[in-house]
Amino acid sequence: QKIPNARKSPLSTGEKPTSVQDITSYNNFYEFGTDKKDPARNAQNFRTFPWSVAIEGEVKKPAVYPFEDFLKHFPLEERIYRLRCVEAWSMVVPWVGFPLRDLIRRLEPTSRAKYVEFTTLHDPEQMPGQKPGLFGAGLDWPYVEGLRLDEAMHPLTILAVGLYGEMLPNQNGAPIRLVVPWKYGFKSIKSIVKIRFVEKQPLTTWMKAGPSEYGFYSNVNPTVDHPRWSQAAERRIGEDSLFSPKRKTLMFNGYAEQVASLYTGMDLKKFF
Amino acid sequence: MFDRNQQIRWVIKPAIFMLALIPLAILIYRALTNDLGANPIETINRYTGDWVLRFLMLTLAVTPLRRLTGWNGLLRYRRMLGLFAFFYACLHFLSYAWLDQYFVLADIIKDVIKRPYITVGFASFLMLIPLALTSTNAMIRRLGAKRWQQLHRLVYLIGIGGVVHFLWLVKSDIREPLVYGVVLALLLGFRLWDRRRRTPDVIPSGAVR
Repeated sequence: QKIPNARKSPLSTGEKPTSVQDITSYNNFYEFGTDKKDPARNAQNFRTFPWSVAIEGEVKKPAVYPFEDFLKHFPLEERIYRLRCVEAWSMVVPWVGFPLRDLIRRLEPTSRAKYVEFTTLHDPEQMPGQKPGLFGAGLDWPYVEGLRLDEAMHPLTILAVGLYGEMLPNQNGAPIRLVVPWKYGFKSIKSIVKIRFVEKQPLTTWMKAGPSEYGFYSNVNPTVDHPRWSQAAERRIGEDSLFSPKRKTLMFNGYAEQVASLYTGMDLKKFF
Repeated sequence: MFDRNQQIRWVIKPAIFMLALIPLAILIYRALTNDLGANPIETINRYTGDWVLRFLMLTLAVTPLRRLTGWNGLLRYRRMLGLFAFFYACLHFLSYAWLDQYFVLADIIKDVIKRPYITVGFASFLMLIPLALTSTNAMIRRLGAKRWQQLHRLVYLIGIGGVVHFLWLVKSDIREPLVYGVVLALLLGFRLWDRRRRTPDVIPSGAVR
């Protein structure tokens, strides 16, 4: 349903958003299958109500938040962000959400909190891709992602609950998901049920699956290739014609001005 | 009425030829009706790649089927199946070089050298070329049956290369390439088993048992 009065944000890009059709039919959400078309098909009956998010770890106020509370407590904004997938395609997505920092401030992390770990729902009954067995999608469930606390506190980092002015479609990570626009898409974990504040760097799902291919940071970086394909250029979904060349990928997905300072002095080839 | 040879030449072979073009017809139809999904280039590339593997498997299935059923007439269709594997491989390569890489030669060369799955795929494509070139009766005569057959054993390597190419491309879900791998293992395994079965155990004279 519609989300009323989401404010426009100066952090939005002026680029033309990708069509709602493409955004909701071309998804990587392996819990619902590994084909891009699977999530739209298999997530139709996914139950996102009731839903709650457990807040755990190094915070003064651990709690279980019913989903409705997020909508009550945090003013929603529209954030139109570029999204760059690690597979070298990109979109422009008009998210609706609120800055993660608004939530974190309210939770009061302790001084030991250095990282934030996020977990997706684990429910093989509803998420066929999580069904165990030798022939699964090849990932360890539940899906886990993580950010450094300062990355989580960055004003660009949001928790999204909507898309194109409406509540998030299931295949896009309903009811609540992370969006970190300067990192590859898989960092923006979907259908979150747990947020944990921790001292040590979390071991994420893709790091476990391919430690040489997927690092903790996974910042969009045209100068550091995926071992098996180039990251120098990308295909903009829905916009480029069959016969147009790819567009150059921008450092930090074009958000270098805002986020580069988070990584000063770091060797981004080593911390990929 | 047609005799058997005419029937094959004017009915069965054209029928197989038309059947083998159906995947291409479907692809063109989908392109014209805007039905290639959000990422048309990826769709075209994957689709043509799938059909290369399928035609390679069909080609490699001729000998086992012939041996198992005794239906030797199958051999007459193997060349066409192999040439269709080559045809779809050309489309697959063209979709990569043109649509994906925009014919930027430097990028393509870098890709072929740097990325193992492309190296293997490209090598397999190159190996298909001499097989296609020597597929005519005249070339078979010129090479002589034995040398021709030796050359065409390259198809085993091409099949393996094709499956490895697919396997090394996927991110985490290896089920699809694994299916091709199992089919290929059965088709190649059959040949080993068959050869052993057909060669009687020869005991060298003077051997001590």
